[in-house]
Amino acid sequence: MTDILALRNVWVEYGDKIVLEKLDLSIDEGAFVSIVGPSGVGKSTFLRLILGQEAPTRGTIAFDGDALTPEPGRERGVVFQRYSVFPHLNALDNVLFGLECRGAAVTARLWAARRRAARDEAAAMLSQVGLAAALDVFPAQLSGGMQQRLAIAQALIMRPRILLLDEPFGALDPGVRLDMHGLIEGLWRAHGLTILMVTHDIKEAFKLGTRVIALDKRRRDPQAPDRYGSTVVYDFPLDEKQPIRSPADLHG
Amino acid sequence: MRRLLNIRPARGARLALGLAPLIAIALVYVIAASAWHAANPNEKLLPTVGAMVREMKVMAIDTDPQTGAIPLWRDTGASLGRLGIGLAIATSTTLVLGLAIGVLPLVRAGLGPLVGTIAVIPPISVLPILFITLGLGETAKIALIVFGVTPFMIRDLSSHVGAIPEEQIVKAQTLGASTWQIALRVALPQALPRLIECLRLSLGPAWVFLISAEAIASDVGLGYRIFLVRRYLAMDIILPYVAWIALLAVTLDLALSTANRRLFPWAHTARAG
Repeated sequence: MTDILALRNVWVEYGDKIVLEKLDLSIDEGAFVSIVGPSGVGKSTFLRLILGQEAPTRGTIAFDGDALTPEPGRERGVVFQRYSVFPHLNALDNVLFGLECRGAAVTARLWAARRRAARDEAAAMLSQVGLAAALDVFPAQLSGGMQQRLAIAQALIMRPRILLLDEPFGALDPGVRLDMHGLIEGLWRAHGLTILMVTHDIKEAFKLGTRVIALDKRRRDPQAPDRYGSTVVYDFPLDEKQPIRSPADLHG
Repeated sequence: MRRLLNIRPARGARLALGLAPLIAIALVYVIAASAWHAANPNEKLLPTVGAMVREMKVMAIDTDPQTGAIPLWRDTGASLGRLGIGLAIATSTTLVLGLAIGVLPLVRAGLGPLVGTIAVIPPISVLPILFITLGLGETAKIALIVFGVTPFMIRDLSSHVGAIPEEQIVKAQTLGASTWQIALRVALPQALPRLIECLRLSLGPAWVFLISAEAIASDVGLGYRIFLVRRYLAMDIILPYVAWIALLAVTLDLALSTANRRLFPWAHTARAG
């Protein structure tokens, strides 16, 4: 397998505060990587780096072998914990958004035959995530789980090379979360996706991931807590998994 | 006994409670006016309802031989025209600048402080400047309304646009949207309901600036009329005119808030759990 993402000696510093240090990481294409770690350890900063929302202070990030574009782009899709969908568009228009931006640079709207084709594609994507019956519903009227389904459909329609999930199921009820696990696992297989998921739920990380990465500080100075940054402290490849159903299977 | 703050009036009771003070004031006025007139038939401060109706017939039904028009309608037309043009300019300026400042950090850095500075200048204090530079015609009055409400509207709209969650903006970029496409399809639609709300809140100040400008230099308009007849202590014209202005203001306010709810239902639905 080839590396879709390669971080070489990446540091992120805000003035004297070191957030991430000496991060060396290669992500295989098609992997489902879970990133875990205590809160405030820089998981979100890590995701912002990959998204291109911020640039490393030192080091390089390569995407598909080339230097990563330092701003968000179509090849890296994302689903946040909240606010991922547009409140003023119904479900169908939310999914159409990317297609319309690609198809019409000035108006960002499609008409007639091109709109019908895009509409069919978007409706098919929505039925894949189980929202076939909610095409004209606005996000405010959708439950938390359905909003996340919508956010996933909206991202996947652009066929991103990599999908970033930032605690996507953190705000959901346990039952709904279980459904979402099934959904994302199915989509990962069906679309051959590469997924990077930040989560604070270790069970979820092992259940879904083909690889689990733990970020934490290797060293701590109690007098100067910002002196040392976080890096990869554990890296579990779960190669034999394809996929493992629950963490219990790991020890079986 | 339930706590006072837990007692909520039903729909009918709410209406009755709302009307009660209005009716009470009207009653007190009618009683006071007739008592006053019983003592002094030439009393001018509290005209009777009959006197106001008589005067308003002259203003609102009879044609003024000098202008060939009915004064009330002529005044209303002139004032609403100024108000409409002023608010149209203010609203369109706000839409363009508010969006640009809200979406683009570069524009925010360049224009934000300027707008903030202009916003703290009391508009009435620049009225002499407007009269000197623009003359005493329509332009100065419209300019006062524009100057008075636009900076506030721009600040409000740009901060609203700036408060769109960053997640949405990043998400739009990951869907391939350009700056222009994000402004057009993400920021603009979410700014519109706020713009209308902002316009609604600006109606009050706009009326103040309109009446002030008309009071100082004009020959037609609602503000002109009440300040003109003030010289004759004509309370029997001033009071109905003020009531008419209040009615116009309430109607505009209601029309805007209704339009907002109709046009942007998504902005007014409570978030589901």
